[in-house]
Amino acid sequence: MSSSATFRIWRGDAKGGEFRDYQAEISEGMVVLDAVHQIQARQANDLAVRWNCKAGKCGSCSAEINGFPRLMCMTRLTDLPLSEVVTIQPLHTFPLLKDLVTDVSWNFRVKKTVKRFTPRPADAADGSWRMAQADVERIQEFRKCIECFLCQDVCHVLRNHRLMDQFAGPRNFVNVANLEMHPLDTQNRLPDLKDRHGIGYCNITKCCTRVCPEEIKITDNAIIPLKERVVDEHYDPVTMVLGKIFSGFRGKATTAAKR
Amino acid sequence: MAEYDEHQHDVLVIGAGGAGLRAAVEAAAAGVSVGIVCKSLLGKAHTVMAEGGVAAAIGNVDERDNWQVHFADTMRGGAYVNNWRMAELHAKEAPARVKELEAWGAVFDRTPDGRILQRNFGGHRYPRLAHVGDRTGLEMIRTLQDRVIYDKVDVFMEFTVVDLLRDGDRVVGALGYDRERGAFHLFKCKALVLATGGIGRVYKVTSNSWESTADGIGLAYRAGAELIDMEFVQFHPTGMVWPPSVAGILVTEGVRGEGGVLRNKLGKRFMFDDIPPLYRNQTADNEEEGWRYTQGDKNARRPPELLTRDHVARCIVREIREGRGSPHGGVFLDIAWIKERIPNAAEHIKRKLPSMYHQFKKLADLDITKEPMEVGPTTHYAMGGVRVDADTQMSTVRGLFAAGESAAGLHGANRLGGNSLSDLLVFGQRAGEHAAKFAKQNPAGRIDPQQVEDITRRALAPFEHASGGTGESPYAVQRELQESMQELVGIVRTEDEMHQALEKIRKLKERAQRVEVDGNRMYNPGWHTAIDLRNLLVTAEAICRCALERKESRGAHFRVDYPERDERFGKVNMVTRPGRDGSAEVRMEPIREMPAELRQIIEAMK
Repeated sequence: MSSSATFRIWRGDAKGGEFRDYQAEISEGMVVLDAVHQIQARQANDLAVRWNCKAGKCGSCSAEINGFPRLMCMTRLTDLPLSEVVTIQPLHTFPLLKDLVTDVSWNFRVKKTVKRFTPRPADAADGSWRMAQADVERIQEFRKCIECFLCQDVCHVLRNHRLMDQFAGPRNFVNVANLEMHPLDTQNRLPDLKDRHGIGYCNITKCCTRVCPEEIKITDNAIIPLKERVVDEHYDPVTMVLGKIFSGFRGKATTAAKR
Repeated sequence: MAEYDEHQHDVLVIGAGGAGLRAAVEAAAAGVSVGIVCKSLLGKAHTVMAEGGVAAAIGNVDERDNWQVHFADTMRGGAYVNNWRMAELHAKEAPARVKELEAWGAVFDRTPDGRILQRNFGGHRYPRLAHVGDRTGLEMIRTLQDRVIYDKVDVFMEFTVVDLLRDGDRVVGALGYDRERGAFHLFKCKALVLATGGIGRVYKVTSNSWESTADGIGLAYRAGAELIDMEFVQFHPTGMVWPPSVAGILVTEGVRGEGGVLRNKLGKRFMFDDIPPLYRNQTADNEEEGWRYTQGDKNARRPPELLTRDHVARCIVREIREGRGSPHGGVFLDIAWIKERIPNAAEHIKRKLPSMYHQFKKLADLDITKEPMEVGPTTHYAMGGVRVDADTQMSTVRGLFAAGESAAGLHGANRLGGNSLSDLLVFGQRAGEHAAKFAKQNPAGRIDPQQVEDITRRALAPFEHASGGTGESPYAVQRELQESMQELVGIVRTEDEMHQALEKIRKLKERAQRVEVDGNRMYNPGWHTAIDLRNLLVTAEAICRCALERKESRGAHFRVDYPERDERFGKVNMVTRPGRDGSAEVRMEPIREMPAELRQIIEAMK
């Protein structure tokens, strides 16, 4: 490994900016965030970067490294061709605040539009529930999400088509899947998924799954099952006819789908 | 006059980790208006890093467990200088606080009959930690976050509070800035809850994130509140040591709970060499029994790797200092060895410790199912902090509350693993409840414009000093403080070194007055670092002065010049407050007499 490398970092804000080159000393085991910190401490005190745990657990330091959406704290320099310049730029999908920091507040606002967790009455007199490990494991996968928003960044519906007002994005679908498949939950979020959250826009290119640092199978395990439920509920001719005859039927169908 | 935006709430919570979120939920439920200010985005606070689990005597795995045993374990772990009332409330209320998380959507791992599963952890007599693999903190913070967003709580993300505002003997607001624009904000409130977390950034090697700059301690201290137990800093025995860029990152105690063992370079399980008398009755004296304990044998005693953190950390330091350490200055933590005992060990490890597997694979290129890890002590937790009333969590200043790691008392001289997550639930709830009550009972106070002016002027001083890069760098001051504290006031302490540290801190305080920053106020980390320095420095000074006064070794506080426990110090706490000359003043204060029924519980379980 060479003893130094060049990092081309985006500097600027909403009004404009440019890439600037910095040299950083390289030591064994370094990750991209270490290089950014070193540049910040020695050459550019005001270089803005969002980070927290530095261990891939909080999902703060998302950026595009050599054009690929990644966590800076989990990208080792040994995995990059250091003979070439390493380019680091902010997430493309969200409005730029400064340097490597973007305004990701839209994600938090969309989350609020998802109907909240609503448990069934407790199973035991002491107010607790009984759930099998096998049943909780399915949603524990979704609950691993660290909200780094890399999946939102890479999704073309948001990145290229900018459908923020019609489409909730993979992160929010993972959250909805977590709630819909929660063994205790009694809510029905399928009409919202179809209309308000625009799940139909997803054409399962699986880009989100590819960038997920928690290796959640977003498309296969969250989005596709949700799409199937939406189809079952809204386009199944038998359900539609029966639903018109018995107004209470739809609720029961949803409960059955949850199992 | 400085410009600022104004906000008004009945209760203002500073910090959105577990304690702050839990306090906000409770205050909102009481019907008062609530604001919550956090340095990062919602859900990123340090609670997210908690791995092993949350301690609560639910008794799902071992029905012999109850609040009395949890109370006795906590007091023993804290070497009996804990606030016994907090330890009592904590042990009694933790089960209800954990169960209610499930009603809010949390999904803990399950027992075969579908209840919350509990695991073994250091210092806990029975399997007591409710958990989700090794990402319990993420589960808790997400559950609380996803509740708070539906409540009537105003969330101020990426805001930092610079100082509190007082009206006579009472706190009535806070002055802060937003990172995005660097603009000032005045938060008026009737009651204020500090839930600012830890102090890890006082030291060089720490498991804490950049946020843990002891803000709550600095804010409370400058507002005139007393601190307590500042000498007790927990060094977690197992942090990563290699590669250098990840040094300090936590390796969960859960590894040892699942059967992981500590070895020196000779391959010896050195923890069997030194088992403290107080724990001899409940510690296995052979490898076979220790293994059976980790596999759930209720008749087996726990392996010595699961002794309290202070003791394990000191044993590791001993091995390293005496030349029996691993190649990169740690010792070996081996979970891969369990393949000799169970089939499909690799799969088992990945299922029980997924984020540890992931962390080592990604950051150290090491497969923990095949090879031992290298680990060493890392600064992890402050037992000390803002002095609070056990029942209400109010500090010695009216209207100012504190909860979680920024408050003190529950853990005494050493915290048991798992007790921090239960701490933040139990006392976050109490702080929220009593802050709301205080807000209902008291009218709004008066904001003094002079205080606002002074705070903003001080905050902007680093820009005034700007000389184009020839002056003092905030990063340099921070780094030197961290290095001094690491070297001079770490796991092993002596009078002479601590005096050196105090002298160093005095000089750094002067230099901190002169730090300069480049650029403008927009999202400027140099400026933020400059502002955080004040909190780090006052905390470092308090740690030093209290550690000098405690002329004994107890819990996490170990002095080579006074290596034994001294019972005279077993009945006192160190209390810190601002002295007249601007330096921290420390006094010894007797611990209140424990009621007979609590004393009997401790005696019965010795």
